[in-house]
Amino acid sequence: MLITCPYCGPRDVIEFTYQGDGNRERPDPASQNFEAWNAYVYDRLNPAGDHNEIWQHSGGCRAHLKVVRNTLTHEISSVVFTRGDHGRGDHGSAARGKAEDKS
Amino acid sequence: MVERQSPLEPEFHVGSHGNFEHGVEILLTETRPGSIVQVAAWPGEEKKLISAIRTVAGLALPDGAGGGVSDGVKSVFGFAPGKFTVADEAEGLAAAFARVVTPAIGTVTDLSHGRTAIRIAGPKAEWVLAKFFAIDFALPAFPIGAGRSTTHHDIFVQIQRTGADQFDIYVFRSFARSFWKALCHASEEVGYEVQ
Ligand SMILES: [Zn+2]
Repeated sequence: MLITCPYCGPRDVIEFTYQGDGNRERPDPASQNFEAWNAYVYDRLNPAGDHNEIWQHSGGCRAHLKVVRNTLTHEISSVVFTRGDHGRGDHGSAARGKAEDKS
Repeated sequence: MVERQSPLEPEFHVGSHGNFEHGVEILLTETRPGSIVQVAAWPGEEKKLISAIRTVAGLALPDGAGGGVSDGVKSVFGFAPGKFTVADEAEGLAAAFARVVTPAIGTVTDLSHGRTAIRIAGPKAEWVLAKFFAIDFALPAFPIGAGRSTTHHDIFVQIQRTGADQFDIYVFRSFARSFWKALCHASEEVGYEVQ
């Protein structure tokens, strides 16, 4: 599996670290909404198809990346920097194919 | 100036080695720069940092990710967004940067004692490096002056191409001897010379 880092170009997956599901919405740290915290920690879409993910190019430029990966084929359809695009955003379908350059 | 000890010392054997009957195709050296410095810009301050590099090192960075340049004495290359490695044969580069790169622009990290610079040159340099690193070493994909951040066996390195068949590899000093031994083993089949 290759991930095309927006800075480094195509690199083997061995250079990257998975940072978790990109669909999670982290509640405000002061929040006492236990349902929201429960959803953040446990609820996952687990799709058979395109999935929003956060990866770090830990063995390269060390940038954090928003990746859309197909869980059936491993096809990577979108990779953008997380920087400058805080929060959940429209990391999935709406962001697809757009070569957002946040450098 | 105090002579800095090389971490390669016990495994650094000057001369020709391996399968060199038909000629030496790899040249291995330790370049021993006096300064190795990383400079990083806060988001939006990249242009100021690039002009600071021009002021301090006299090097003009080309545009683009991983772009770099070397004049044979000083070298610079991008290794991450807004981050650059600068090396100089002379000491004192970190102090010079600290005077120009203000806290509002970014940070200066002196790695002169933290990294070891190994140069691999010769017609089989790409061939030998391809045994270690899963990146494209072909000249069109990796132009002269450019830098790359990558890993071998989960150990991080930075590589700058300083010639058509010459690469400077920056490795962790504590890991340099192990990497050097591996590099020598990988060069045996083509014949190598240590200088
Ligand atoms: Zn990268």
